[in-house]
Amino acid sequence: MKTTTAKTRVIWIVITLVVAVYALFPVFSILATSFKQPSDLSNGKLLPTTWSGVNYEQILVGDAQELFLTSLRNSIGITLIATAIAVVLATLCAYAIARLDFPGKKLVLTTALAVSIFPVISIVTPLFNVWRTIGLYDTWLGLIIPYLSLTLPISIWTLAAFFRQIPWELEQAAQVDGATAWQAFRKAIVPLAAPGVFTTAIIAFFIAWNDFVYGISLTSTEAARPVPAALAFFTGASQFESPTGAISAAAIIVTIPVVLLVLGFQRQIVSGLTQGAVKG
Amino acid sequence: MASISLKNLVKKYDDGFPAVNDVSIDIADGEFVILVGPSGCGKSTLLRMIVGLEDITSGDLYIDDRRVNDKAPRDRNLAMVFQNYALYPHLTVFENIAFPLRLAKGKFSEDDVQERVRTAAKTLELTDHLDRKPGNLSGGQRQRVAMGRAIVRQADAFLFDEPLSNLDAKLRGQMRAEISQMQRRLGTTSVYVTHDQTEAMTLGDRVAVLKKGELQQIASPRELYEQPVNLFVAGFIGSPSMNFLPATAEGNILKTPIGNIEVPEALAAQAAGKDVVLLGIRPEYFEDATLVEESKLAHGTVFTAEPSHTEWLGNEQYGYIHFEPSPEVKDLLDGLARDLDADELRPQVVVTLDAASKIRGGRAAELWLDTRRLHVFDPATGENLTRDAAAGAALTEEASQERAEEIERAGREAAQAG
Repeated sequence: MKTTTAKTRVIWIVITLVVAVYALFPVFSILATSFKQPSDLSNGKLLPTTWSGVNYEQILVGDAQELFLTSLRNSIGITLIATAIAVVLATLCAYAIARLDFPGKKLVLTTALAVSIFPVISIVTPLFNVWRTIGLYDTWLGLIIPYLSLTLPISIWTLAAFFRQIPWELEQAAQVDGATAWQAFRKAIVPLAAPGVFTTAIIAFFIAWNDFVYGISLTSTEAARPVPAALAFFTGASQFESPTGAISAAAIIVTIPVVLLVLGFQRQIVSGLTQGAVKG
Repeated sequence: MASISLKNLVKKYDDGFPAVNDVSIDIADGEFVILVGPSGCGKSTLLRMIVGLEDITSGDLYIDDRRVNDKAPRDRNLAMVFQNYALYPHLTVFENIAFPLRLAKGKFSEDDVQERVRTAAKTLELTDHLDRKPGNLSGGQRQRVAMGRAIVRQADAFLFDEPLSNLDAKLRGQMRAEISQMQRRLGTTSVYVTHDQTEAMTLGDRVAVLKKGELQQIASPRELYEQPVNLFVAGFIGSPSMNFLPATAEGNILKTPIGNIEVPEALAAQAAGKDVVLLGIRPEYFEDATLVEESKLAHGTVFTAEPSHTEWLGNEQYGYIHFEPSPEVKDLLDGLARDLDADELRPQVVVTLDAASKIRGGRAAELWLDTRRLHVFDPATGENLTRDAAAGAALTEEASQERAEEIERAGREAAQAG
């Protein structure tokens, strides 16, 4: 069992390659498209005949600049705020769920689960009506609140699982050492939970960043429209020209933060930080 | 420095199960008290009640005449060493030890913290490891860091929750000696939970034996060993444990399954008038009759028995004599075994023999039994009918004087060294 034969290694390499190509080909295709000239777009070839930055020019400094950059600002702002709120709330909530025994604990967890499996599309229409009535339509807050409903449940579940792994003795030791409940939480538990919090934050960020349904339904102007929704409003130079190139370029740009996030926090998402806390 | 006093402490869980039931103990300033008992006897719960991690259902807990029932752990100024050490894995050894000092904001300057931590680290031989993380330390080193965290601030008392149970046997012996010396040197009141007899006997000034949440006896190790209050304490303390033999009195003769034993009158008087009593005999009260000196022979009685097998350990040997108890006695012994955490009490007598003894299994042998120190137990209540309370109290008094002397000596030595 221990020695992997050359044959199994080859099989594994092949499987890995197939999966990698399957997953990354669309990304590469979009990347290639984003460098095509408008005349090149429908020639049916994967690679552009001449590599050009005209699409990037168009969305960053050209006609579509207004549409793209404001929506990018909206996306970043709304997503960061929603993530921050979700992580803070979920940390406190998950800690309570993992540590305290209170009536309704099960209810909180099942509700969170129910909310997360509830189809987004079925609440978007009522939400649209309510938001218009109370004036949240087409505002940042009007998107942050629904995003919280998407990100909170999963954050609570992930973090609760994480807190349960942290030995309770650490907290008790801190309390005996003279810490208040809050100090014990902040100085002994939070540092240990950091990897879990980072992981949760990244998941929450992706969910909010990738949302399209709320983005397109609850906004009407550049005041709050996020990038995924804005892409639908791109137009070609003339009505006979499709905006595929610009959309591809924008798609590549919005992918960059996600990739950076994962690479940046990779080191923080390490398990085994609790090793050495207790015997083991 | 403080005294701790537990008055009728009760811990009842929500389902009404009393984990700790009406326990009262007075722990003097500087005393080292051990809480011992089989698993599930409530010893750890009791310790956690003292430190404040478990609520007290009823009763009073005083630290130096201050009632602390409703005080949070941080307001009790106690230091605790946990079974699994509970070190902060994200902090270095230095910061782990400094943790309690850093929490007391403003009380200690940075120089103060540095000095205290270095002193504590020096005492515990951790100086070389101060910059390492707990994850990279061995079990014994982690244990020492946990102790360092306890001694670095002047806590009123140390509480230990089975601190050595995760260490291997050799290290355990070494750490046991270190804890003992440290406690004497600092003279800090200590409460120590263990299920290990050796730790209980060697460390404690007094040992409290608990069974199912109830205090059975609290006394010096010697009193527990020589004057146990009941069957449970007698069976729990000592290894190999005390033998219990059903016996019927006929004049000065006790009829037992392994033979008739002639006992002193006082002992026989306690057994008289009862159908059956349990005779408690420690293994070392037996000896190979051929090896006993003339002068000693008269203090005991000689009888013939046939050991089934013997074990030679170098310094001594154990002989095993099987007997067939009556069903009632068997039930009683099995019940006791359950209380003591063992599966069943084999109906056998363990005898300790001199290493030179030629007694071997399967051959009838003459055994001498020292009848002066036997105990007679009431099989119904488990009570020790022959307990000499005065002699026991004298033993505990002796231990407490020894403690005072040791603390004084340690203080003198510290003064000289410093």
